[in-house]
Amino acid sequence: MSDTVIKVEDVGKLYKLGEVGTGTISHDLNRWFAKVRGKEDPFAKIGEMNDRTAKGGSDWVWALKDINFEVKEGEVLGIIGRNGAGKSTLLKILSKVTTPSTGRIKIKGRIASLLEVGTGFHPELTGRENVFLNGAILGMSKAEIRKKFDEIVDFSGVERYIDTPVKRYSSGMYVRLAFAVAAFLEPEILIVDEVLAVGDAEFQKKCLGRMKDVSINDGRTVLFVSHNMTAVKSLCNAGILFKTGQLAFRGTADQAVNNYLQQVDMSQKKRWNWDNAPGTAEARLLEVEVMGIDKILFIEKAVNIRFKVQLSETVINDRDINFSLVLYNQEEVAVFNVSTHSKKVSQQTIEAICHIPPNLLNDETYRVRLLLVENSSNALFDLDDVIAFKMEEGYRESEWHGKWLGVIRPQKLIEWTY
Amino acid sequence: MNTSEILNVPEATKVAEDHWTEVIKPHTSLLDLRLGEIWRYRDLVIMFVRRDFVASYKQTVLGPVWFFIQPLLTTITYVLIFGRIAKLSTEGMPMLVFYLSGITVWNYFADTLNKTATVFRDNAAMFGKVYFPRLTVPVSIIISSLVRFGIQLALFLGVWIYYLAKGSAIHPNWPLILLTPVLVVIMGLLSLGLGMIISALTTKYRDLIMLLTFGVQLLMYATPVIYPVSSLPPQYKWIILANPMSAIIETFRYAFLGSGSFSWLNLGYSLVVTIILVMIGTIVFNRVEKSFTDTV
Repeated sequence: MSDTVIKVEDVGKLYKLGEVGTGTISHDLNRWFAKVRGKEDPFAKIGEMNDRTAKGGSDWVWALKDINFEVKEGEVLGIIGRNGAGKSTLLKILSKVTTPSTGRIKIKGRIASLLEVGTGFHPELTGRENVFLNGAILGMSKAEIRKKFDEIVDFSGVERYIDTPVKRYSSGMYVRLAFAVAAFLEPEILIVDEVLAVGDAEFQKKCLGRMKDVSINDGRTVLFVSHNMTAVKSLCNAGILFKTGQLAFRGTADQAVNNYLQQVDMSQKKRWNWDNAPGTAEARLLEVEVMGIDKILFIEKAVNIRFKVQLSETVINDRDINFSLVLYNQEEVAVFNVSTHSKKVSQQTIEAICHIPPNLLNDETYRVRLLLVENSSNALFDLDDVIAFKMEEGYRESEWHGKWLGVIRPQKLIEWTY
Repeated sequence: MNTSEILNVPEATKVAEDHWTEVIKPHTSLLDLRLGEIWRYRDLVIMFVRRDFVASYKQTVLGPVWFFIQPLLTTITYVLIFGRIAKLSTEGMPMLVFYLSGITVWNYFADTLNKTATVFRDNAAMFGKVYFPRLTVPVSIIISSLVRFGIQLALFLGVWIYYLAKGSAIHPNWPLILLTPVLVVIMGLLSLGLGMIISALTTKYRDLIMLLTFGVQLLMYATPVIYPVSSLPPQYKWIILANPMSAIIETFRYAFLGSGSFSWLNLGYSLVVTIILVMIGTIVFNRVEKSFTDTV
């Protein structure tokens, strides 16, 4: 049986909401007095579960509460959850940047945490000087850094600029150098927070490769917080899911990810009344809905976008009407523009569904623009942002975990002769 | 870390779990200062000192010459305003050497205090992301201020030797000059202690930073930098002497210039105050460093 290297016991973290520093002297004295008498912190009692969307009555909130779990040696643990679920707080406690309010964590071995790359980088110092400074901040000795210096520079690929102040670096070079220092840390336990969301695709690949090296080949324990579900699934062998400050699930990485995806309802629906509906006097959009097979919009599955439009009397049975849809990605690139045929309609409300086939879209967020056109020339309305939706990747066959390039991802639609 | 931290684990499980290298808990004892840890991070201290120097003089034409220019210009200003216009007493000493001695010593104290007092605020971004013993930062500040002080002391010694050779009214008390390192250590610790207390409090009450900037300036006037203690009316003398910096500057002047007075009692008082402040400062600092990321 492998050894437990991290043991988290009843850990909780209480945060105060709102302004810190105004009117807190009285609170401070109050807490201090309670402590002197050996009583429990009077403000700890009124702490609430952390749900940032709900409006609570208390000023104190548990960012983490009653967290218990163990990490075994050599385990690569993915930590996932929505923003504000408590992942980062846990990492901060583990990295000793802040202390827990309750409970304790036992650790075996040297821990190094990367909550950010390039901590302490000074813009005026050269790359070389910063490597030494950053290395020392991360807990390496000068001798250790010197030994690995060539490797670090080599990995970063900024050799030519190593004696130039880092303020002259491009942001990409800066991040490369910063990550390179971190990559050559040799702790027994490594904590990584979403630092992979940096750099270009080539470098990301390098970073993930390095992480895999550290975890699989060197057998080190890694705790990895990320929103990149693909990376979590392919890098981690175990996963925990946080939900509003509590541990919601502990199991394999795949299970945790699926659990996580289930809790977010990605199908989207918007509905309006005639009075406030977007559009013009002649036609208004009443409803729009993005539907997947599940609640999750997987790129391997079809996506249907349904529209419901109300027309004014003047339009019915009079003019030829057609729908036209433009899909944009986040970089405002028009992915495609598709339209229906033109026809006369007799009802006041009409519906149209756009069926987007599986394996077409990439794992991105897309925005829908809808036009209603009369007589194939004149727009009755042109609504730029009717709805947006995010596609998720379901599974991946290849070893590569970075982002697939392209506004679409027709991997299954396009055939090769090979 | 030591195993004594997990003493309250039930006996049965203790045997099996004795091997934890570290335990993260809500509170650690006040006296657990982990000085050994700072020693392990000594490379980092050196790196911080280097950074302070290199960073502050990169892209300046004169570079470290600024270390000389700043006290020199201040001294000239004081000579003009306090010496020539206000005609404050310098106990018959040449004005230049009198003011320069006070400024050199005071600058070391003020520099260190100003910087250590804002340690948490200035390094919040770094402290929020990586753990290393926070005390390394104030320690590195003392050291880099010390180097600066050394350079400025050399300037003072140059001026001092010039006046000595010219045969002015300077009468050094040679044996007491040997006390200089002691004075420097007391000053360094005094500013460190005070700075740590202020920095710990500023994490919560930012008001203190506002107070600090002009507070240090005002404190200079409550220290015999621009006037000798002997020129004070007797009924107010004790107020000035209650300031632990006063004895240090007086001793420094008495040793090098032979002006003013020297008393072991006053110097001993400074030492005691320093020790108390450093102790309080270290404890408060250690306490705050664990939770400050939540308040800054």
